[in-house]
This record gives sequence, C-alpha cells and structure tokens, in this order.
Amino acid sequence: MRQLIVFALRRLQTLKVTEADDGVDALRKLQATKFDILITDINMPIMDGLKLVSLVRKDAIHKDIPIVIITTEGAQEDRQRAMALGANAYITKPIQAPQVINTVKELLHL
Amino acid sequence: MRAKDRGPRVGIPLVVTMKDEKPKSSPEGGEAVQARRREFLQIIKRSAEFTEEVLKENERLRFRFAELDSRTHTSGDDGGLVRELMEKVRRLEEEREALTRRFKEVEAENKDFASRYLQIENENNNLLNIYVASYQLHSTLDFQEVLQIITEIILNFVGAECFAVGLVQEAGQGLRILALEGLEREQIGVIKAEDGVVGKVLKSGEPHFESTVDAGKEIDAAKPPICVPLRIKDQTIGVILIYRFLQQKKQLAPVDHELFTLLAGHAATAIFASKLYTDSKRKLNTIQGFLDLMTS
Repeated sequence: MRQLIVFALRRLQTLKVTEADDGVDALRKLQATKFDILITDINMPIMDGLKLVSLVRKDAIHKDIPIVIITTEGAQEDRQRAMALGANAYITKPIQAPQVINTVKELLHL
Repeated sequence: MRAKDRGPRVGIPLVVTMKDEKPKSSPEGGEAVQARRREFLQIIKRSAEFTEEVLKENERLRFRFAELDSRTHTSGDDGGLVRELMEKVRRLEEEREALTRRFKEVEAENKDFASRYLQIENENNNLLNIYVASYQLHSTLDFQEVLQIITEIILNFVGAECFAVGLVQEAGQGLRILALEGLEREQIGVIKAEDGVVGKVLKSGEPHFESTVDAGKEIDAAKPPICVPLRIKDQTIGVILIYRFLQQKKQLAPVDHELFTLLAGHAATAIFASKLYTDSKRKLNTIQGFLDLMTS
C-alpha cells in the first residue's frame, strides 16, 4: 500500500514523501525531521498505527501534525478510537487514489 | 359617444320685443310715459347687449366644447399610445417567455454538464487508480515484488480480504499458488484446474463474477465468487481467486471490473516477464559460476 500511496501523493508535486518501514521507524524519522503530515496504516509490524498516533500527539514538535489513517479496519469503533486518539482523517480500504490526494490537500490547505 | 351626449349645451335666452303704446292721458302723463319709454328702451338695449354677450359666450363655449369633443375623439393619440404600449407589453411577454424557455434549456444543459462532470471525475478517479496500479505492476522485474504489488492492488484497490493468485501447471497438478492473503495454505488445498469455476475460467478465458459476495459464507477454495484469468494474448497462465471482501465493501464497483481487466492482462505479463527475468538471472549466475570454475 505504501508504494501505491507514495505514487499517488507524488502527484502533489509540492510534497516530498518520506517512507518508514514500521511505526518505530516512523517515530524515529519524526524525531529527526519536522514533517507536515503523517499517513499511516493501523496494522503494522512492531508498533501499530494507533500507538504511533498516540505517541505523536504527545510529541512537542509534532503534536499538531495532521494524521491520516488508511486501513482495512472498517468498523465504526475502530474509526472512533483512531479519531479519539487524535487522527484527523480515517480512510478505509479499498482506497481511491484521489480520495487520499484530496484528503491530504484538504488537511494541508493546498 | 356622440358630442351631444358629452356635455351640457348652453341654451339661447328668449328675447322679447314689445310694440310701442300710444300715450293715454295728460302731457304730464305724456312726459312720464316718455321717461318710462326711454327707460324701457334702455332696458331693451341692455337686454340686447346682454343677449349679444350671451350669444358670444354661447359661441365661445360651443367652440370650446367642439374643441374638447374633437380632442376626446382624437383620443386616437391616447389609443395609439395604449396600443403601442400593449404591443410593447406583448413583445416583452414574448421575450420573457423566450428567456424563460432559454433559461430552462440552459438549466437543463447545466445539469447535464454537472452530471457529465461528475461522470468524468469518476472516470478520472478510476483511471488514476488504474494508472497507479498499472505503473506499479511494471515498475519491477523482481518476481516477488511483482507478486507483492499484485497482492497490494487486490487488497488496497479492490478491497479483497481473502484471495489467492495461482498459476497453471502441468495437467493434473492443480494450480500453483503464488500468493495468498487472508487464508492459510491448508484452507486452499489443491485447486483443480480442469473443472469447477477455475476450470471454466481457464477454458473460456473470461472472468467469473458472482453478483453478491457473502462475507459470512464459508470459503470453498474450488468455488471462488470471483475468478479472474491472467492472460497473455490468448493464453491463460493463471487466475486470481477472490473469496471474500473487506467488511466495508458490500459489492463490486465499476472500477473493480476495470481493475480486473487490467490485472488480467498486465499482472499476467508482469508475472511472466519477472519470472523469465529471475530465471534467466539465476541461469546466468549458474553459467557464470560454471565458467568461473572452468577458467580458474
């Protein structure tokens, strides 16, 4: 999915996309650099997306970063949980590339 | 309406002329009579003057009346104006109706354009998905990466939860399962390539779609609700078997059929090309190793 989303996001030429292998890698990269938006899945190895969201929201630098979750988890309670933890958008698979692009554009006011 | 009905006519006063009377008695009386006669004549004279004035006034009023009467009659001016205004109103009314008609036409055109715009936007969205999928499929020659990409497309773009990708083997050996998602290999077992849904798809080269995919239904490996052939020209080299969709996906969307068509052609060539490349690379390494061994 990552590759597909990266490809879709590259259509927004103003964005530079950095990929992470898992939640821990994402957190490490977030600590090293200031990012404008975070897109994550829920089901990931080592650290899941929800844990990542809650940790990012506690981070002083990235506590206000827009977070988009793209997941197979379509249940309402999963969505509510993610939003309660601080996600800004919740997209369920199957994804439509334009939906991802539009959500990112909206959150970044592009 | 006739003139006489239009207003009051001024009447002509009656003029009375009296005969001379002879004096009746004495000279005193004659003087008195003379005086009365003069007085009377005076009165008559004044009456005549008055009558003349009245006649003049009458004439003046008649003239005025005639003038007003003619003006009323020549209300042709007013009538003309009214007719002109009525004509203008009629024209404006016609113009208004024409504009209303045009407005309705333009409104209908706008609705048509809006619906076409939505249609095009949907088409663009679909094309973008297909473009991303297609680009990804041909972005690598690594066999495992190609399988990973096919899996991602089916999972992320189609929204399948349980599916398998299988290649045709020698007759009687069943399908060779290359990729499996949401299922254990034991659940699949051996899928025969000669009969059932898979056999039909492999023979015809046409995809098999069931109108509804029941998420709660138990999976039967031999009866996938959706079976898409992987084709290179007229040859079917394998199939994509979809058993279950994600819970939020209730039915197939039009773009899914497009994606299946894309997968049927592009996934097959991507698998075939990457397999050939990987095999040739392996063979090259073997030959290189052999040559190195010979020359050393």
